[in-house]
Amino acid sequence: MRNKETRTALLFLLPSLLGTGGFILIPFLDVFRRSFLQAVGNGFVGWENYRQVLGNEAFRLAAGNTARFMAACLPLLLSLSLCMAILVRQAGRYQKWVKTGFLLPMAIPAASMVVFFRMLFDDKGWLNLLLEHMGAPGQGWLTSGRAFWILVACYIWKNLGYDMILWLAGLCAIPEEQYEAAKVQGAGAWACFRYITLPQLKETLFVTALLSFVNAFRVFREAYLLAGEYPHESIYMLQHLFNNWFVNLDIQKMTAAAVMLVILTGGVLLAFQRDGWKEP
Amino acid sequence: MEKSTAARKRKSVKWGIGLILCVFCVLMLLPLLMLLVDSLMGKQELMETCGAVLSDYEGHAGFRLFPLYPTLRAYVRLLLDSPEYFTAFWNSMLQTAGVLAGQLLVAVPAAWAFARFRFPGKKILWFLYMLLMILPFQVTMVSGYLVLNSVHLMDTHGAVILPGIFSTLPVFILQKTFAAIPGEVIEAAKIDGAGDIRIFLDIGIPLGKSGIFSILILGFLEYWNAIEPPMTYLKTKALWPLSLYLPQMTGTEFSAAFAASVVTLLPAVLLFLTGQENLEQGIVASGMERKKHSE
Repeated sequence: MRNKETRTALLFLLPSLLGTGGFILIPFLDVFRRSFLQAVGNGFVGWENYRQVLGNEAFRLAAGNTARFMAACLPLLLSLSLCMAILVRQAGRYQKWVKTGFLLPMAIPAASMVVFFRMLFDDKGWLNLLLEHMGAPGQGWLTSGRAFWILVACYIWKNLGYDMILWLAGLCAIPEEQYEAAKVQGAGAWACFRYITLPQLKETLFVTALLSFVNAFRVFREAYLLAGEYPHESIYMLQHLFNNWFVNLDIQKMTAAAVMLVILTGGVLLAFQRDGWKEP
Repeated sequence: MEKSTAARKRKSVKWGIGLILCVFCVLMLLPLLMLLVDSLMGKQELMETCGAVLSDYEGHAGFRLFPLYPTLRAYVRLLLDSPEYFTAFWNSMLQTAGVLAGQLLVAVPAAWAFARFRFPGKKILWFLYMLLMILPFQVTMVSGYLVLNSVHLMDTHGAVILPGIFSTLPVFILQKTFAAIPGEVIEAAKIDGAGDIRIFLDIGIPLGKSGIFSILILGFLEYWNAIEPPMTYLKTKALWPLSLYLPQMTGTEFSAAFAASVVTLLPAVLLFLTGQENLEQGIVASGMERKKHSE
């Protein structure tokens, strides 16, 4: 009986297994093997490629920037979207419209935004026009450290709706009676939020944080389309670095860095799972 | 007396919330609005407002909330004078449709297997699928390149379509839709003598319809916006999708740039507006796993 179940499951899984196995899993073993080999001649070099990557200045800059970006944008997005979710719940019959407004940026392709961003952030663009109207000198937006915050803003603009929907689902799962009971006992709005809402949102927080983390890597699209392969050094991310290594066919460094990133991401995922995010 | 102050206070809080939400909504929609407005400007007006940035017009950019002389010329120009734009448009359509069709054939049964059967190695496999889902494209870029190169698919539509088909995100979302189907329904079908494939086709797919719609919508938004895979795997510009071609075009023929941007976002936005319910369900499903287990 058990055997038959396995066979049927395999039948359903087969196309997907063949594809992911053939396109990603097995080639990744090859990537793993190559990360210990020389570029030319395939000699075994041990940890040499890893040492090179870790000692590489561009890698350090990119890894630092990526970490800094995550550290800045995740707390901002998570807290802002939670606030919005709480507000949207009060919006009553306008709720659907508000949701549409917040989710729409998700549907707008990065490519369509390029021309708008150029108009906004150019030295002679709209932001500087506004500044000069107010009597302040114009700024270089993408050619200074401000580029970093522009990217953070882009990310929030794009993902606010997505996270808000996740929070809303979490908020709706909290039984209404708990609030009523608390109110009867004289609890204020803040006490309700602090002692009823927040503790029960912990689970939603894990999931939302993980998905926001995944989506944070996608901000590369905007960064790349706005500022090209070598943007200002405050937004030079790991994705740029991989891309440039790829263009220069620096396969050795890429393989070593890819292996390290897989191990790191796998570790993060395991940590999330240990906290109860289980298999089906 | 006290009651009326409380009521007034509640009313002003409500207005305050409405105001904040309105301001945010406007902020979120402003870029879209500006694209629309500028796409209706004639060449001369566009030169005056945007020429300083997008072309070599002297002086500063200007800002107009409404075009003085609204016209559809830019759209006509786009329609008649830019065959490359339409090549790119159809490339986008082909690549997106290819990926989505493939995902239907591959991800739907896989999700069914994960949701409905027990088999050895399931835990590890699920972990691998989740890992693949969260890895950024750049990490799997090398392995993808090694395969595509060895089967001579580099620089073809297949190079973008095939790896996209095997994305594990749709499996992840659908698994939860399928797992939510009550066991009794399936038991009843089994007693009636339905085989495993019959059950999947006659019960799984109809009951999982909303989940399937939601992966299609999420998938369309994702692949219509694809930048990294085509950029990495396609060298020939004639194969480029809109998402790559458009940013280039705005540099050279700026008079149609806004119209081109609007036409590019139109399919995605229209699909979004018609399928918003399903999209929201998909988003919620993508995050619901823990909830179910803890209950």
